[in-house]
Amino acid sequence: MLANLPARLRTLALSLFLIAFALPAAAGPFEDAVAKFANDDFSDTDAAIGVVASSGNPLAYPIISALKDGRLMADADSKKVYVTGTDGKSVDAATGEAVASVPASASAVRLNNRLRRSVDAALGGLTLLSPDVGTRIQAAQSVFKSHEESALPVVDNALAKETNRSAKTALSEARAAILLYKPDASEVDKLEAVATIKGRGDQEAMALLTGIGSDQPASVKAGAASAIASIQSSLAVWSGVQNAWYGLSLGSVLLLAAIGLAITFGVMGVINMAHGEMVMIGAYTTFVVQEVIRTRYPGLFDYSLLIAVPLAFLVAGAIGVLIERSIIRFLYGRPLETLLATWGLSLVLQQAVRTMFGPTNREVGNPSWMSGAFELGQITITYNRLWILVFTLAVFAILLAMLRYTALGLEMRAVTQNRRMAASMGIATSRVDALTFGLGSGIAGIAGVALSQIDNVSPNLGQSYIIDSFMVVVFGGVGNLWGTLVGAFTLGIANKFLEPVAGAVLGKIAILVLIILFIQKRPRGLFALKGRAVEA
Amino acid sequence: MTPHMLTRSLDRGATIFLLVVATIGVLIPLSNLLLPSGSFLHVPTYLVALWGKYVCYAILALSIDLIWGYCGILSLGHGAFFALGGYAMGMYLMRQIGTRGVYGNPILPDFMVFLNYPKLPWYWHGFDMFWFAALMVIVVPGLLAFCFGWLAFRSRVTGVYLSIITQAMTYALLLGFFRNDFGFGGNNGLTDFKDILGFNVQADGTRATLFLLSCLALIIGFLICRAIVSSKLGKVLIAIRDAESRTRFLGYRVESYKLFVFTVSACMAGVAGALYVPQVGIINPSEFAPGNSIEAVIWVAVGGRGTLVGAALGAVVVNYAKTFFTSGVLAPYWLFMLGALFILVTLLLPKGIVGTFNSWWEPMRAKRVSGAAESAAAENGVSEPKMAE
Repeated sequence: MLANLPARLRTLALSLFLIAFALPAAAGPFEDAVAKFANDDFSDTDAAIGVVASSGNPLAYPIISALKDGRLMADADSKKVYVTGTDGKSVDAATGEAVASVPASASAVRLNNRLRRSVDAALGGLTLLSPDVGTRIQAAQSVFKSHEESALPVVDNALAKETNRSAKTALSEARAAILLYKPDASEVDKLEAVATIKGRGDQEAMALLTGIGSDQPASVKAGAASAIASIQSSLAVWSGVQNAWYGLSLGSVLLLAAIGLAITFGVMGVINMAHGEMVMIGAYTTFVVQEVIRTRYPGLFDYSLLIAVPLAFLVAGAIGVLIERSIIRFLYGRPLETLLATWGLSLVLQQAVRTMFGPTNREVGNPSWMSGAFELGQITITYNRLWILVFTLAVFAILLAMLRYTALGLEMRAVTQNRRMAASMGIATSRVDALTFGLGSGIAGIAGVALSQIDNVSPNLGQSYIIDSFMVVVFGGVGNLWGTLVGAFTLGIANKFLEPVAGAVLGKIAILVLIILFIQKRPRGLFALKGRAVEA
Repeated sequence: MTPHMLTRSLDRGATIFLLVVATIGVLIPLSNLLLPSGSFLHVPTYLVALWGKYVCYAILALSIDLIWGYCGILSLGHGAFFALGGYAMGMYLMRQIGTRGVYGNPILPDFMVFLNYPKLPWYWHGFDMFWFAALMVIVVPGLLAFCFGWLAFRSRVTGVYLSIITQAMTYALLLGFFRNDFGFGGNNGLTDFKDILGFNVQADGTRATLFLLSCLALIIGFLICRAIVSSKLGKVLIAIRDAESRTRFLGYRVESYKLFVFTVSACMAGVAGALYVPQVGIINPSEFAPGNSIEAVIWVAVGGRGTLVGAALGAVVVNYAKTFFTSGVLAPYWLFMLGALFILVTLLLPKGIVGTFNSWWEPMRAKRVSGAAESAAAENGVSEPKMAE
């Protein structure tokens, strides 16, 4: 921060200088004001802040930010004030000349809460003229929140100069906030201000409108009340949209975790309790890929996930085929025993990963294109959630196409519908079983890659998804991928809409109870396969 | 239940089992209380509590075997009934603490004072009386099992679907009991017990008595299960296990049979939990964890599904192994062993220890018996009709 201070000073000075009404850096008032800091009197300090902030002097910003951080040193005897930088070097606040050392008798200028507010407002005003758009908008926001009357001239001035649209909006909102709270502003101005703030329409706008005193004109009060009502209703809509988005996001995660389970359960009637561990293996594959990239090829970090997806599919898929060939194939026709054996397997896999990678969470980074967020209306959408949704739908589409158009897909569908008849038609059912299990596990593996981006990568990663995934499969119905899709998104959205009403845990309990009740009505799920094939 | 029914239902294995349990139930407390602590045969108090725990697990295993081994219902949520019974007992024990708690409140347990409960929640009333708590130990799990089973069996939720929703049930309860405002102590559960029926729960005499009572409960539970499975009702249950649809078409109301046996089993699990809590000294929501329920199922599988003796034996063997391995240097490998146990037992030992023993022993005994019978038949001129498959 200090390294770029001189450059910053210069630009600040330039921008201040360009302002038509900016005071020339006159020697008198500015230096007098600076000297007032040394009086160690709160009202003198307040006056000094006002003068310094509106002086247009290039030293104004460093002085006030130093004041805020307690780095503004004042010597009461010599009436000299010094700005100490974060690197320990000091300058004379009045002249800007470097000094060797601050006298020992100098002490930091003290602040109280009221002064801190004026300092914030003054700083906000000063940064309103920053060359960086982001900084300007941020400054306007902070003025909006503080609505300090003293910032009005700076805001007006910045507004006149502003060319960026969103910065202009932010500034006019800040101006409206100040006017609304300014006791001597005209009624017309205030009504206009209410309209501007209403246009902003978020939680802060509402807080601002709710906070106006009772000494406002009646028309302003009525306007504010109706603005509050309209903001409230629009906020309700936005919170609905937000819940829906969160629900879609949760649904995509559930779908990703459940889709592999749905395939193995649908085709083979096998409950794979170790499915969650396949997800975990996928996540750890991502971790290993990123470790290798970090140590060997740091430039490839942004591609780490693209490398991890096929690798995770292969690793988890290979383990899946191995499991099927070594354990599950001996247990066909005994679904309950399969359930127990795969549970045992999940314990072994968890413990193996714990032994290899340690019991604590491992760090998996987000590539640059997955970090950050953007605003859509009143809601914030993070890129990683968005990408996971897109990725899930892509996986779903690919899988659907695979089932529809490939020979293996045809065979899998045949085995799902009627195993014995499929075998009679010459389909090698045991080969289909092995490949299906491998495919289901492989998809769990790539689910792990996606989940590593939003969840902790620990040996228990899979466990936290397994019950939810089962619920999705049971709810959606077996042997139908569309059922899984609808089930996952329904449960995700229902969960997120129940959460604000009932709380996270009660919402989850309510969902579980609802599913248990739902099963009563449709024991084979939402989209059950019709016909005799179902009765195992 | 007539004495005749009881004797008829006891074969040699069952008799040996009952004698062993009764002997252990008497000898261990006696050795703990009467022998001096230096003696070779003295059983230290911690072992009494540990074995008391095993016996409670054996009752739980018995209850699972009753439904899984004889009716084909694989419940992955039986730990929930066990924990509910435990909580009912825990509530009684909490009320007995009275003013001896940290906050000294005569009515409210410590955690309620801590969490600013204004008064006792309605469902805590009555738990200061032992008889009420003892009733609830049976009624609460039984009622939950009845409602759950009524819904599930009526709509013919079977097989893995049933297993999954029983798991969801115990998971939902786990989440609920973790909440502080649920009124059961949240994360910490119920603990710091003082008295049971006026006796100090920590005292050697109380522990020995509780152990004796647990063994008694195991014997009674065994006799009840035995009576059920060897009656005509039990034959129908086995028929449901082996061919549910066929049994239904023969005119039996399958869901009523299942509901009955599921409820009885849940009550037994509740009793096991109630005996478990005073011996262990704590009950917390982790008892509801789905993993616990599945682990209990593997005890039955190890001992021998469909053999009541095997279920109890499996519970003791697996838990003894758990204590043995998790307390030594082998602790990190215990989960490998448990996992391998799940896989190997289902793959290689599907009948479990007792089942495998029986299938090895029965032909030998049959040969001996038939040798005797043949000579008898030759005298009488009749031959035993062969049972149709």
